Amino acid sequence: MNIATLTIPQIKQDLAARKYSATELAQAALAFAQSENPKTNAYLHFCSERALAAAAAVDAKLARGEDPGELGGVPIAVKDVIVTKGVRTTCASKLLENYIPPYDATAVVRLEQAGAVILGKANCDEFAMGSSNENSAFGPVRNPVALDRVPGGSSGGSAAVVAQGTAVASLGSDTGGSIRQPASFCGVVGVTPTYGRVSRYGLVAFASSLDHIGPFSRTVSDSATLLKVMAGRDDQDATSAPAPVPDYHAAMTGDVRGMKIGLPKEYFKDLESESGAIIGRAVDTLKKLGCEVVDISLPTTDYAIACYYIICTAEASSNLARYDGVRYTTRSAAANSLPEMYRNTRGEGFGRECKRRIMLGTYVLSHGYYDAYYLKAQRVRALIAKDFSDAFAQVDAIVAPVSPFPAFKLGEKMADPLQMYLSDIYTITGDLAGIPCMSVPAGNTADGLPVGMQILTKHFDEAGMFRLAHAYEQNR
Amino acid sequence: MKITPEQVRYVANLGNLRLNDDEIAALAKDMDELLVYMEKLNEIDTSGVEPMAQVLYEAEETATLREDVERPERKFDSATATANSALAAQGYFKVPKVIDRQ
Repeated sequence: MNIATLTIPQIKQDLAARKYSATELAQAALAFAQSENPKTNAYLHFCSERALAAAAAVDAKLARGEDPGELGGVPIAVKDVIVTKGVRTTCASKLLENYIPPYDATAVVRLEQAGAVILGKANCDEFAMGSSNENSAFGPVRNPVALDRVPGGSSGGSAAVVAQGTAVASLGSDTGGSIRQPASFCGVVGVTPTYGRVSRYGLVAFASSLDHIGPFSRTVSDSATLLKVMAGRDDQDATSAPAPVPDYHAAMTGDVRGMKIGLPKEYFKDLESESGAIIGRAVDTLKKLGCEVVDISLPTTDYAIACYYIICTAEASSNLARYDGVRYTTRSAAANSLPEMYRNTRGEGFGRECKRRIMLGTYVLSHGYYDAYYLKAQRVRALIAKDFSDAFAQVDAIVAPVSPFPAFKLGEKMADPLQMYLSDIYTITGDLAGIPCMSVPAGNTADGLPVGMQILTKHFDEAGMFRLAHAYEQNR
Repeated sequence: MKITPEQVRYVANLGNLRLNDDEIAALAKDMDELLVYMEKLNEIDTSGVEPMAQVLYEAEETATLREDVERPERKFDSATATANSALAAQGYFKVPKVIDRQ
């Protein structure tokens, strides 16, 4: 078996043909991941015991002639902001360095019930805050495609393991582009589902009205399989949606004739020319497949970054208040009173980016500024969402770049937070509106750096998004 | 707008964050730059626009409610709940002195 190129259907077929057992696959995948990991630092830690137990359960089912599940034996990685019972979950933060959650996230439960084998926890930016994975307290991740470059962020490790071949698929989380941007930078598929499509129960909260869990994989079909398994109402998350989960694979017919695609002009004006040319060729392919392509406008786009960084920092400052040294692991040794203990613990524990966002969020929520910043941003958010609902009255899907540029060099943008934030321009709008969006590999630059094409559809129309992505992938 | 080190200290106090002088200087500069950028939102007319706090979907008003019954499978005992604390004993979190009597 070549672990680095396996896909879910291949594993299903190989297990059924007894080419190898799930245990043999898990052992080989763990050995391969552990030997390759020092190159990228994409995994923070492994959970071999849990992986082998899950694989043994799959083998037992196969031996009894039972269905091992849609993900039977499939080795995956889980971003370290998603809790795993008994397995350290650090959020790439010193504050949670030794946190052992007493419960599993719903997404994790559902994947394991379907037979998935979790190899380990993927590195990321601290508490998912960043666009380059350089904010991890445990060292940055290197892009497996070009080791001197970032993998993107915040789910950099989750994208890197799939590109490196050290997992067949993975889970990430997306608040402002943290799945699609690293997927684009590493040349893999990454999906941000509709807000509420996948339960957030057990996803460590960053910005609750914007956080999503979503899959990474090497093919569109594999991401659709993971999403199908995870999606659907969960009583543990009041914002999870009761909408039925359709059969995504039934929608992937390869036929996209007559599908109406909108190209938002605001998403092409600051685009680097080489990335622009790659997206242009991808759009030509969609036209050849019979799609009708029209120019559209999403007029509020220019205000999205300001809007997003007010809302997400406000929510983050509130969500991160719980790390006070009382309940979660690390506590400052130097304190004579309770307030001093809170302040010292947080001052010593949070990294630079988390502190910056807590400060901004606290400022915009503070007395006298709430209306001017937070409430204003929520009104602008409504206009951004309206841009999309107006657009989807005319078109079936929107196609756009994921990032203005391909993967940049480690250290290149760390000195200037505003420049780093501006690089999220094409991805944050989808999160603000709560619509499904994904990155699908569209080609490489002359330097061999991957560029992803973004597809966005209306709420709960993941099927339409997968249909277009799959047709493109088959004809790329 | 100009964010001063005093304002940074005030906000850090609200957010329960101890910062050193270097951090305060750096944050004053970063916050100033970012807040000036955010003033861009004043260019856009939002009169009559309802604030959007959450992404909503079609559902019954009671769709997120469940029966108020005990669910034993979801129960944590206090030992489990305090297991991740740096300092806990007999099912309680231990913290430094809260009230200081003279």
